[in-house]
Amino acid sequence: MTTAVSSELPVELQGFRRVQRLAYECAEAVAARLEPGVTEREAARMQREWLRERGVRDWFHLPFAWFGDRTAFVNFRIPLQFFPTDRALAPGMPFILDMAPVYEGYTADIGYSGSLGVNPVQDRLMADLEAHRELILREVRERRPLREIYEDVDRLMVRQGYANRHRAYPFGVIAHKVDRVKQRRWSPHLFGFGTQSLKGLAADALHGHREGWSPLWSPYRFSDHPPQPGLWAVEPHLGFRGTGAKFEEILVVTDSRDPEQSAFWLDDDLPHVRRWAEAK
Amino acid sequence: MTTPSMPKGARERRVHTGGVELCVAELGDPQQPTVVLVHGYPDSKEVWSEVAVRLADRFHVVLYDVRGHGRSTAPQPLRGGFTLTKLTDDFLAVVDAVSPDRPVHLVGHDWGSVQSWEFVTVGRTEGRIASFTSMSGPSLDHFGHWINARVKRPTPRRVGQLLGQGAKSWYVYLLHTPALPELAWRGPLGKRWPKILQRTEKVPGGDYPTPSLPSDAAHGAWLYRDNVRARLLRPRPDAYAHAPVQLITPLGDAFLSERLYDDLEQWVPQLTRRTLPAKHWIPRTRPDQVAAWIEEFVTSVEGGRPQPKATGRHADRFGGQLVLVTGAGSGIGRATAFAFAEAGARVVAVDRDAEAAARTAELSRLVGAPEAWAETADVSDEQAMEKLAEKVHRAYGVLDVLVNNAGIGLSGSFFTTTTDDWRRVLDVNLWGVIHGCRLFGARMAERGQGGHIVNIASAAAFQPSRALPAYSTSKAAVLMLSECLRAELAAQDIGVTAICPGIVNTNITSTARFTGVDEAEERRRQKHSARLYGLRNYPPEKVAKAVLDAVTHNRAVVPVTPEARGAHLLSRFMPGVLRGIARVEPKL
Repeated sequence: MTTAVSSELPVELQGFRRVQRLAYECAEAVAARLEPGVTEREAARMQREWLRERGVRDWFHLPFAWFGDRTAFVNFRIPLQFFPTDRALAPGMPFILDMAPVYEGYTADIGYSGSLGVNPVQDRLMADLEAHRELILREVRERRPLREIYEDVDRLMVRQGYANRHRAYPFGVIAHKVDRVKQRRWSPHLFGFGTQSLKGLAADALHGHREGWSPLWSPYRFSDHPPQPGLWAVEPHLGFRGTGAKFEEILVVTDSRDPEQSAFWLDDDLPHVRRWAEAK
Repeated sequence: MTTPSMPKGARERRVHTGGVELCVAELGDPQQPTVVLVHGYPDSKEVWSEVAVRLADRFHVVLYDVRGHGRSTAPQPLRGGFTLTKLTDDFLAVVDAVSPDRPVHLVGHDWGSVQSWEFVTVGRTEGRIASFTSMSGPSLDHFGHWINARVKRPTPRRVGQLLGQGAKSWYVYLLHTPALPELAWRGPLGKRWPKILQRTEKVPGGDYPTPSLPSDAAHGAWLYRDNVRARLLRPRPDAYAHAPVQLITPLGDAFLSERLYDDLEQWVPQLTRRTLPAKHWIPRTRPDQVAAWIEEFVTSVEGGRPQPKATGRHADRFGGQLVLVTGAGSGIGRATAFAFAEAGARVVAVDRDAEAAARTAELSRLVGAPEAWAETADVSDEQAMEKLAEKVHRAYGVLDVLVNNAGIGLSGSFFTTTTDDWRRVLDVNLWGVIHGCRLFGARMAERGQGGHIVNIASAAAFQPSRALPAYSTSKAAVLMLSECLRAELAAQDIGVTAICPGIVNTNITSTARFTGVDEAEERRRQKHSARLYGLRNYPPEKVAKAVLDAVTHNRAVVPVTPEARGAHLLSRFMPGVLRGIARVEPKL
């Protein structure tokens, strides 16, 4: 297992870790309050309110909530379908909460999978995600082109018997860069995405375009480059016959020559990681 | 003494009720849950002999001759002696005699089912029936309401349903004529009936029907005369079932439309639907399947869980069936195994790669297969396949559905394809299918209770290509083999389907062999074609869905992707276009 040595984290990374922890706390708090009949819209609002109460004013993107077969993006054709609907939760249903708050100028983007009561299929998917977390870190440390890592993740999913569902995200991304965001008094959002964050992403894209890299980690040619230093919100998303599961958390990539320091997960004290540790 | 067609060990007793004497036979351990089998018209309890022996080792099986049938006596006078009320009296008398303190599991076929519907919907039997399995016999009350609803609001579809069932009921009108049916049954019809059953209904001969047939049929005409008109004109408004019901519908029934059961949920709170491709006399023609479904249903009701676990597409058709898929470790094979698992089938996942097969079996159990096993075998290896077949038949039983899916890709000019290449691709793609059909199909045919074979061919079977000479040849052979086998097995009610998927996103590209190039170039081409297939991104799950649909509807040739459909159409009407496409050398 790989961990950042927490005490030595630079101030900036500590800021990112604070907001990531806050977001996961929110996910756990909201998940605990979900009950039969709660709709996706209500769950999204619960996340938004919980975070607003704790000082979040801007978003990389507004909270999402997917229930039932929408966790696997079944029959998703247009991006508007990602937005919360009136689908109500029922016992045994899987759900995914996905939120990206900006707190004190630091961005997090997290994904939390769970189910109302027992769902053996999703349990299995979550357990199998561990291999992906290890694979991604290992190959990033090897400085493999992102496109190849993407394909290796794909192959692992197929071998496990699952379908790649992050392919459904805009540009089919498995990850995207996150960064600091300027705090403004007014922070509007566009199609659920904070304009400040979009601005940052666009600036990165422009930069990257000139230098030959992209802030979006996709299966396409523009991702055919070694990992770019920075913070990447990585979100492998598995789907299996109407059930989906994902985690999303920040991977720190640096230009250090020491492999251990060249890439590491920002935080190893997250619900899904704890869960894998408990299972052992 | 038992009649010749009753199995050995059947214990007989006589039960007196309402002026008649009923002949009751019992099998199995009386401590076990009691299953009561009620026969139809024109039959006697011997119609159940095949099913009864299959149930006897798990249950206390009870059969009785309905009054006026077999060795039960007939009421005097006959008119008015066969009303549903009197039949309910008989049933209660039998149940009180054979299982005084436990409710029984009721199973009815044809008129046995019609009267059982009465038993399970009247108040006085409440607490005496634990479950009811109905075959080919609707409740007359539900039937009456079904007709009323269609007469009162006659949409074109509803009128069609009404006329359809009206035509299927021709014999009911005949049975209402006085004296004639009796004369016919005691005369020429009674004599010819066994032959008619064999020819039109495919009921195997032997010791069924019993010699009592003419008098059974003559007395039984009163079942119709005493009940049908009265109930259809004035159906009871409160005919709600007070026990869980399993409805088994044979889709080829010449006497009953499957549409009759469309509104059944409103009468039955706990309904499990099953369908099977067969004709009316399923206790004779499909005893294995019928017994398996009864056993599963009774066991689950006894365990307090009346609804089945699997809820996927076609769960009514494949629940509990045994399905074997080759090449189930990845791609279309794996997706097919999962689709069958979701429909509640028992799955045998076969693959060269033991780990991948095990994974498929494990996930199959997760999504609804009551049982799933992994087996390792190379389909091109004759001995391995023989060993596999031997093991499967011994440990799991005769297959209901076989999916010959395993295949490999091979691309390259005809002149760079070596004889070894040819051998390899034919060994897997063609011989694998031949071994599967030969070893598993033979047992299916021998059992004589239907089944289905699916061979995964390819759109390359009708789309020629200069880049795929060997692969296309092997797949064209599979297509023709499927067609020939379909013709041969039609008489045994075994369907054969060739599926022609087209370009599907599976790992066949990354394992395909490219001839005439060095290793590095081969790897590059594999990667490149994998990417192209990935961009096309047609999921194997859709092919799996097509497989299940094809089996359900017994289709002969099924092209799946739009390009495969297009090519299939062109191959019939404009083959010149396909020949033109075949000349294009694809850039890899």
